[in-house]
Amino acid sequence: MSKSKKANTPFAIANYERQQLVEALRRMYLIRKFEEGAEDSYMRGLIHGTMHLSIGQEASAVGSCMPLAPDDQITSTHRGHGHCIAKDADIAMMFAEFFGKETGYCKGRGGSMHIADVEKGNLGANGIVGGGIPIAVGAALTAKTLKTGKVVLCFFGDGANNEGAFHEALNMASIWKLPVVFVCENNKYGMSTSTERSTAVANIADRAAAYSMPGKTVDGNDFSAVCEAVNEAVEHARSGHGPSLVENVTYRWRGHSKSDRNRYRTKEEIGEWMERDPIKSFAAELEDHGIMTADEIQALEADVNRQIETAIEFAKASPDPSPSDVTRDVYTEAAQ
Amino acid sequence: MNVHNAAQEEEIVEMSYAEAIRDALDIALTTDERVVLMGEDIGVYGGAFQVTGDLVHKHGADRVLDTPISELGGAGVAVGAAATGLRPVFEFQFSDFAMLAMEQICNQAAKMRYMLGGAVSVPLVMRFPAGSGTGAAAQHSQSLEAWLGHVPGLKVVQPSTPRDAKGMLLRALEDPDPVMVFEHKLLYKTKGMVPTGHYTTSLDKAEIRRQGTDVTIVASSVMVQRSLEAAEFLAGDGISAEVIDLRSVRPIDRHTIVESVKKTTRLICVYEGVKTLGVGAEISAMVAESEAFDFLDAPIIRLGGAEAPMPYNPDLEKAAVPQVDNIVSSASQLCRGQL
Repeated sequence: MSKSKKANTPFAIANYERQQLVEALRRMYLIRKFEEGAEDSYMRGLIHGTMHLSIGQEASAVGSCMPLAPDDQITSTHRGHGHCIAKDADIAMMFAEFFGKETGYCKGRGGSMHIADVEKGNLGANGIVGGGIPIAVGAALTAKTLKTGKVVLCFFGDGANNEGAFHEALNMASIWKLPVVFVCENNKYGMSTSTERSTAVANIADRAAAYSMPGKTVDGNDFSAVCEAVNEAVEHARSGHGPSLVENVTYRWRGHSKSDRNRYRTKEEIGEWMERDPIKSFAAELEDHGIMTADEIQALEADVNRQIETAIEFAKASPDPSPSDVTRDVYTEAAQ
Repeated sequence: MNVHNAAQEEEIVEMSYAEAIRDALDIALTTDERVVLMGEDIGVYGGAFQVTGDLVHKHGADRVLDTPISELGGAGVAVGAAATGLRPVFEFQFSDFAMLAMEQICNQAAKMRYMLGGAVSVPLVMRFPAGSGTGAAAQHSQSLEAWLGHVPGLKVVQPSTPRDAKGMLLRALEDPDPVMVFEHKLLYKTKGMVPTGHYTTSLDKAEIRRQGTDVTIVASSVMVQRSLEAAEFLAGDGISAEVIDLRSVRPIDRHTIVESVKKTTRLICVYEGVKTLGVGAEISAMVAESEAFDFLDAPIIRLGGAEAPMPYNPDLEKAAVPQVDNIVSSASQLCRGQL
């Protein structure tokens, strides 16, 4: 990666090609519009169950995946749609999964909380808070043992930092110097309980000291700041120096899930964070640095809208799974 | 994995159950670079029951990996490693400690393939030193195979002989799905004849250990030997007992059990886990639902563990699990129509 082109130029602008930056903005729009499309489909009764939307957290998802190589792997969370898209998932297959269809990523067996895209290196979202953290460390153990050169990036939320699995997994990653980057998306609330009320340390990155690894807190709505911190952690991991913890401070505009009545935060607080829209600020940055024009950005957004419409149509038209297949894929081979 | 040739398979030597497991692990480590052993004190200590023994000296600390005392995290690391290309064998120091890791075993390992629509397999082997008889009391003596047997996505086995311990472990290492191997601690020092090379034993078949005509005794793990001893007594009394070694809790070999009950017309299930909602309950229900129901000449009997935590006092500990005498008297009463 080249050195900064100019002092004071944001890290991403200085270090990535135009094409990569345009693609990053496209993925951020794709996440936003995907979430809105999913929410709309839910309201229309096309999707059942529940879902956890990541609107407002797009810079964290895309910025964290930006320094990864295509072969690198991620583990994700219940709020994982953005991570899928950041790791280059096919949104038609994502919508199909939400609609419970046989053409979905999980053939309709997993739904919103279990999407994986193993070929693209996404080892899967997880319905258990903290459940993916030791699994990411296991994937990093594979990378080290088989010398694959892969780095594993483990997404988790602020809520997971008080799970035992988090502490056990960070400790093991550190003692074995495994190539893993822990990315905490601190959106300030574990469901309704704020980090101030749930967490003994001021910053979740402070936990890194207990496991002798670098820890950094960044503005998770600043795409370039996220890229820079995660890039450093990925290089640290890839060069055999072990794990790091990066905390992206961000905010979810929507409630925890569809049952949330937003009784634990104020409209003013939500409004303030909506003013700090990560997509708007990244788009403005691209414009300011002459990477894209306003017209190009508008065209990109319109193109994403069309993609969403096509993907939803694909999902609607796809076949449902057959009830006779209810036990398919429990085992790799039939046991009996 | 290399399959050793037939000449090697024919060499048969006496080994203890623990040695047979170690032999299987040694073969796996030697022939498959993806195999990694993980667990607490399995390295230079050799494992709490000396199963891994000196394997660390032969294969190195990266392949025989001492974990911190972190059952949940350690199990999760094994799950993640299995899903991405390793073949981990995770040892819980005592099966009771697996309760700390139930999240990773039941929510993650068991469900990952299904939840992801078949996109991944989790070829994970976990070993559970289980059972009572060592004076270790309530938190180090449980038989939890029915807990895990309740979870679709897992395979759960209980080898009862050194030969099966090795063959089933080597088969588990070739299996694409999570296999939970329950090893009764009292079996570790028992001896038997074991082929020296690579061989595998199926994970879904019960084995008839003794043929009989009057009563079918389905026993698991350490209860197989007790049932065979009971059968010997019963033979002296003119009762011919057929003893089936269950071997696999999930799946249960329905065919072998149903055919045996059709022949003998009587069924006793003997298992160390707590009687209520245990393995014997499942076998009883399965037979009651089968074509063998019409053949039954007597009620089904379950001999299982007491409805209590495992006690420390040796006499109480014995009283808490089925013994040879219990099996003999139940079978006698059953066959003489006293029930």
